Amino acid sequence: MSTAKTLTFLLMDAPYESANSTTALRIIDAAIRKGYHVNVTAYEGAVAYTYGLQKPHQNPIKGTTVEQEKHPNTKDWVAALIKAAQGRGLKLDWLRCGMCEDERGLYENQIAGTRPGSPVDFYKQQVEPADNALVIPCR
Amino acid sequence: MAKILTIVECAYRATIEEQDDTVLWFTHMMAAQGGADLALLLRGNAVNYLSRKQHVDVLHFGEAVLGNPPRLADDVEALMKRNVPVYYVEEDAGERGLEKSDFIAGAKAVSRAGLARFVAGFERVFHW
Repeated sequence: MSTAKTLTFLLMDAPYESANSTTALRIIDAAIRKGYHVNVTAYEGAVAYTYGLQKPHQNPIKGTTVEQEKHPNTKDWVAALIKAAQGRGLKLDWLRCGMCEDERGLYENQIAGTRPGSPVDFYKQQVEPADNALVIPCR
Repeated sequence: MAKILTIVECAYRATIEEQDDTVLWFTHMMAAQGGADLALLLRGNAVNYLSRKQHVDVLHFGEAVLGNPPRLADDVEALMKRNVPVYYVEEDAGERGLEKSDFIAGAKAVSRAGLARFVAGFERVFHW
């Protein structure tokens, strides 16, 4: 059994709305690189991070095509973080608030490696066993 | 079991659409169904959650009606009935001209000067 420590994060912002999203992913990325198991609960708008129908777009101001723009989608970043954790023998458990994705119509087409859950799952499965936990709310 | 302090500072965030404060709701779920050892601290504009004088009227958009308006003082009171102690920052209430006599019973005041010591008494702090 791995002896790596575990950090838990709760994210609340919808992607593409504030710097919190990128900051949260930077922290998660750094934690994985440093050898931590990571738990994430995506609450409220954050359930959209992993929505699978996100599409990159072109940029008419810059005159770039979709291919040239290489516009990032958070679903790809999360998938890459899950893969990075697996590659290091670590766990990235990405839990999505089930009721939040219901009310937003995002309960289908979520990317593989993530799962729906509840505040109770957050508390029992992610906070209690973790070495520390950080909530990153929207403001 | 870790002792958790939930701090609500960002007040009335989507409370009409959600018919709840989503952090109070989340806290209530962890306490009621998860058995978590929790306390709640209201600061900033969220101290108004204690006021019995707040009121959400009926909201219509065309024929669409808001079903169950948020009753935040009731929700805080319900948390206390779940053995979640509730605290508020005394100066935040005073600066907003809120009268303690309008507050639900049972919430305890914490001074700004004593806040660091108070927060240090918890193993996990979720600052929303």
